[in-house]
Amino acid sequence: MNPSAARYTSVAISLHWLIATVILCTFLLGQYMTGLEVSPAKLKLYSYHKWIGVTIFLLVLIRLGWRLLHRPPPPPAAMPAWQHSAANIVHFLLYALTLTIPVSGWLMSSASGFQVVYLGQFPIPDLLPKDKNMAEQLKHLHEALNWLMLALVALHAAAALKHHMLDRDDVLRRMLPFLKQRSALK
Amino acid sequence: MRMLALPFLFALAAICTPVYSANVDYAKSEITFVSKQMNVPVQGRFKKFTAQIDFDPKKLANAKALLEVDLASVDTGSADADAEVGKKAWFNTSAFPTAKFVSSSVTQTGPDKYEAHGKLSIKGIGVDVAAPFVVKRAGDAVTYEGGFILKRLQFKIGEGVWSDTETVADEVQVKFRIVTTGNK
Repeated sequence: MNPSAARYTSVAISLHWLIATVILCTFLLGQYMTGLEVSPAKLKLYSYHKWIGVTIFLLVLIRLGWRLLHRPPPPPAAMPAWQHSAANIVHFLLYALTLTIPVSGWLMSSASGFQVVYLGQFPIPDLLPKDKNMAEQLKHLHEALNWLMLALVALHAAAALKHHMLDRDDVLRRMLPFLKQRSALK
Repeated sequence: MRMLALPFLFALAAICTPVYSANVDYAKSEITFVSKQMNVPVQGRFKKFTAQIDFDPKKLANAKALLEVDLASVDTGSADADAEVGKKAWFNTSAFPTAKFVSSSVTQTGPDKYEAHGKLSIKGIGVDVAAPFVVKRAGDAVTYEGGFILKRLQFKIGEGVWSDTETVADEVQVKFRIVTTGNK
């Protein structure tokens, strides 16, 4: 088999790591900003957090479009079927969360009475009217989805490392931008 | 509290000032504002204010308006900001509890359209403002509806770090609707 065919496309690799980095940054930003006293800096950081969330949503749409047009490389032949199913479920949930977490944040902002104005220029319509109780519920949802995402990312990373270190296959390498395939090195 | 205070205020108004032609219907009246935070319009309002209006379109020279707004009654739209805005850097409500508008003249700008000129005082700073408004009459009720742009930094509303207008814009759109009943 041609080893290059077993790699993700460079666009898929770029989007994966770009989105992962941006999500990590805005997750940490979210943790930091909520503890701040009311200040101009806090207002700015909240806005940046919302803009980044919208950006992630858009990037994930592009990524999903790319994925539909470019099938990912098949799993290693030696991989048990249950692992393949588990990987599919986790990947599906991660995609779903990268879309639903920004949406829950947007709805939470609407219900709190703060419209999201992307980059301070483009107002995104409020789907929900201002409602304090609803805002509180959506805040809990936004947080819960984030902790779920964190747990799944940990599982995802652990699985990738397990493939790399224990199974010694190409599952991690085919998503890394710089490393060559093991099969190509031989 | 308002229910108790209002008759007293009206009695006071009746003693201290010329007789006004109508009573304000506070249930139908409102003073609202839109501030921009990071370019996001945020609605707010003042829950407590008093207004005295003497207005006869045929005797504009005698037209008078006096508004007093209880700044601590502000509802900015978020609990965080409600707690913040009473502080020294903003309204400093413990030292300056009220905002006051006293008209000096009213001019007609079109059919049912007028402009009130006068002095707006907040935080001990008086600034001349002009507020266009529309007058609508229905039975014995008259509605005065209008607004103006308040530049918050003129009144030192938001000092120090908050004077940064990139975060909170200088211009605040203030809107009012005053409904009076019992007009002749």
